[in-house]
Amino acid sequence: MGEVTILKIGKNLIVPIQIELHDQSARKLQRDILNYIEKTGAQGLLIDVSAVSIIDSFLGRLLVETAKMAKLMGTETVLVGMKKEVVLTLIHLGLTMKNLHTALNIEDGLALLKSLTGRTYEKNRK
Amino acid sequence: MKKTENNKNPSRAEVWEQEISIYEDIILARQKVKVMMQEMGFSVLAQTRIVTAVSELARNIVIHAGGKGRMSVCEVSKTGKRGGLKCIFEDRGPGIENIEKAMQSGFSTSNSLGLGLSGAKKLCNEFYIESFLGKGTTVTIIEWLP
Ligand SMILES: Nc1ncnc2c1ncn2[C@@H]1O[C@H](COP(=O)(O)OP(=O)(O)OP(=O)(O)O)[C@@H](O)[C@H]1O
Ligand SMILES: [Mg+2]
Repeated sequence: MGEVTILKIGKNLIVPIQIELHDQSARKLQRDILNYIEKTGAQGLLIDVSAVSIIDSFLGRLLVETAKMAKLMGTETVLVGMKKEVVLTLIHLGLTMKNLHTALNIEDGLALLKSLTGRTYEKNRK
Repeated sequence: MKKTENNKNPSRAEVWEQEISIYEDIILARQKVKVMMQEMGFSVLAQTRIVTAVSELARNIVIHAGGKGRMSVCEVSKTGKRGGLKCIFEDRGPGIENIEKAMQSGFSTSNSLGLGLSGAKKLCNEFYIESFLGKGTTVTIIEWLP
């Protein structure tokens, strides 16, 4: 099974999930992301799930957890590109991904990250 | 031409079977069901719902039944009219003590979300569960073409 590439662009980490993750590789990705945040001090984390056809309770929970952990490290997370079928299925399943910032695509996601991290920066300055 | 078509229908009752023992098997099960649903002409939404249910039920076998189980999938038909897909998840795990409780969303013995069984039920047209303590659990789901 392949690996997910983590890209550092500017102050953000971009993680496009292009392969079907089984539970252990999803957990490994979570560890890799957190290690990367620690190493690079990235301000924003953008996870692109536009190529992911299934988000079940395990992956959904893992994504929410990853965002929470990133937040504790001072990094804001935006999840982008969730397919409409996946959104409807998550609602059926009863998994609310509240507290997780989402955007339609990478461009919107980056704009959202900018406003989110900008705000933190100003708050810290005061 | 006609003959081959007639011959084709009965042989459609093919059954796909695979073991569910490790995490990779969950992905294999998902892929198989997805391809079958695509071939049968299910919508992307139906595929997404059912494959998600498959993922939950297969993972339950890996986590709660020690990976001692299997999935079988076959096409079914309702009085010769609508076609459907049936997936059976059968395991030789410890069984479920209280099915009613296990079916409640939020109930989990593994400190998880407890969404798997209740969610899977909501995601498909028909859902049946049977469990015997010390013997194992069988969950059957069916999705009909519209
Ligand atoms: N195949 C099975 N064999 C034995 N027990 C099972 C099986 N499937 C489910 N259970 C029991 O039913 C409970 C509820 O299952 P369900 O899938 O809803 O939640 P979960 O697996 O605990 O959490 P989640 O699926 O949300 O990660 C489980 O905690 C487990 O005790
Ligand atoms: Mg479960």
